[in-house]
Amino acid sequence: MVGAGSPAISVRGLSKHYDQVRAVHGLDLDIEDGEFFSMLGPSGSGKTTVLRLIAGFEPPTAGTIRLGDEDVTDRAPYDRDVNTVFQDYAIFPHMSVLQNVEYGLRVKRVAKPERRRRAEEALATVRLEGYAARRPHQLSGGQRQRVALARALVNRPKVLLLDEPLGALDLKLRREMQVELKEIQREVGITFVFVTHDQEEALTMSDRIAVFNDGRIQQLATPVELYEQPASAFVAGFVGTSNLLDGQVAKELVGEDGTFVIRPEKLVMHAEDGAPAADGNTAVAPGVVREVVYLGASTHSVVELDAGATLTVAHQNTDRSIDAALERRQQRVVLSWRRDHLVALGRAPDPETPSPEEES
Amino acid sequence: MPLVRLPAGLRVSVTVVTLVVLVVIYVPLLLVLLNSFNTDRTFGWPPPGYTTHWWSLAWHSEGARDALFTSVRVALAATAIALVLGTLAAMGLRRTRFFGRNVVSLLIILPIALPGIVTGLAFQNGFRTILGLQLSLWTIVIAHATFCIVTVFNNVQARFARLGGNFEQASMDLGAGPFTTFRLVTLPMLRSALLAGGLLSFGLSFDEIVVTQFTASSTDRTLPIWIFQNLFRPNAAPIVNCVAAALVLFSVIPIYLAQRLSGDAAEAMTGAR
Repeated sequence: MVGAGSPAISVRGLSKHYDQVRAVHGLDLDIEDGEFFSMLGPSGSGKTTVLRLIAGFEPPTAGTIRLGDEDVTDRAPYDRDVNTVFQDYAIFPHMSVLQNVEYGLRVKRVAKPERRRRAEEALATVRLEGYAARRPHQLSGGQRQRVALARALVNRPKVLLLDEPLGALDLKLRREMQVELKEIQREVGITFVFVTHDQEEALTMSDRIAVFNDGRIQQLATPVELYEQPASAFVAGFVGTSNLLDGQVAKELVGEDGTFVIRPEKLVMHAEDGAPAADGNTAVAPGVVREVVYLGASTHSVVELDAGATLTVAHQNTDRSIDAALERRQQRVVLSWRRDHLVALGRAPDPETPSPEEES
Repeated sequence: MPLVRLPAGLRVSVTVVTLVVLVVIYVPLLLVLLNSFNTDRTFGWPPPGYTTHWWSLAWHSEGARDALFTSVRVALAATAIALVLGTLAAMGLRRTRFFGRNVVSLLIILPIALPGIVTGLAFQNGFRTILGLQLSLWTIVIAHATFCIVTVFNNVQARFARLGGNFEQASMDLGAGPFTTFRLVTLPMLRSALLAGGLLSFGLSFDEIVVTQFTASSTDRTLPIWIFQNLFRPNAAPIVNCVAAALVLFSVIPIYLAQRLSGDAAEAMTGAR
């Protein structure tokens, strides 16, 4: 295995321009060996383009891509030790499940007994034993997804690229597959590069996440850092619900200039007469409940502060106080929070990726 | 299951119009078949009696047989050329985006819409004066291939449009080079489209007369030309009926098969059933 000093993928100055559109612009990125790495961002943010550039489906406008110690920038897709799980799976319709999974080994002229054995092993890894003889059109969406995964894993690539592979599945199946993908990744020890626009999916599975916007990385961090210490208003808004305090409101409530963010679950809502007093640790702000949204496990209340901002408060439905929360609509309340839960954004989005030593 | 429920009056008139059109098309064709068994040389109506005499004459007519083989050879050769060039053209136009791409696409499809007499004249001139070629079987084949390409090109292009490009990318991603990808992925997925296009192309070439007339030498006679030449010979007329009936079958069967294949393929690809 490659040592910790040599990343599985190393991208420098990578750009891809289509006519006037800058899909990816000046990207530097190191993905560690054995890491579950996610690229998260809205559609059109460049994350899928980066994946396609790494796979070799498109040539970059500028920059280099290294896989391990090899520069693969100018190599064809079939000459790179990466495999892709496509968004629509792209399972060959004229082949059986086994033939699909064997395909990579077949074109590399691996002897038949060995490729049969490895294909069956790969099918077992994705829990599809007994499906070898099926035709793709006899499979459900989730099963096709597994075939696509097995077809890529059987080649034991250095890096597995996954392009929103769970997007076509329903929510329940998606949740199951998230856990399973993570397990499989740990089991096989291959570096996974996972593209998604679903922040929950990224937080669930990843060792590290790169948040993309406008062809650049806005922040690269672990899920915890990303959620607790967002670097910019964009990241704060894209990963989770963000409550922003800025301008005059920040001055009044925080006592400083700048932009601050606080997560909904860190706010506590009190009746007007039961509010704690503000002190060095705790801040309070009065307001009016504008909306109450019941979400099953939790309830979200949207509170318009007298100071001007609108904040969302999350409340776990651990007791039977839900009715009380619902009755608070249009009533005056007081919000309180711990001052150290406020995250100052202020600075511009940092285009630099943290140095690899900070990780692992 | 009707998609739209029409008012009763409209439904009746639509049915009547449909029936009239079908009768006008198919009764004369049936008449040809019937007359090929008519004992009366001048096709008197109603037929005084029925005989298979003409069929046995037609079967033993050397001219008709030669013409049949000539037609089959021309149709096979034109179809072979069309399969190769039509597929390559569709692949080329799919992969690349260049200025004038739509124009090239139109130019490939145009020959099927051009009046046969113009195509025929143009080819005759082109072959004889510019290229200095003797008219032969091959000049017919080349002329036929120009419009046979269209059926293959259209079928393959439609298949590509439905498949999208991800399968080939997946194949390359799994380590297959361009040729292996073509052999193991592209070609198998085009198979039924190629078969349908090829059968249509065979049918088109087999019963073509106008272009053939201009591009054939005086000794090369395809079946339609043989019919045309023998039509007005009183002795040959009953045999012509037999040959015509056979020609109908030869043209209809490939097209029927082509249609069934396209339907099957569509089903297999979408995974319906």
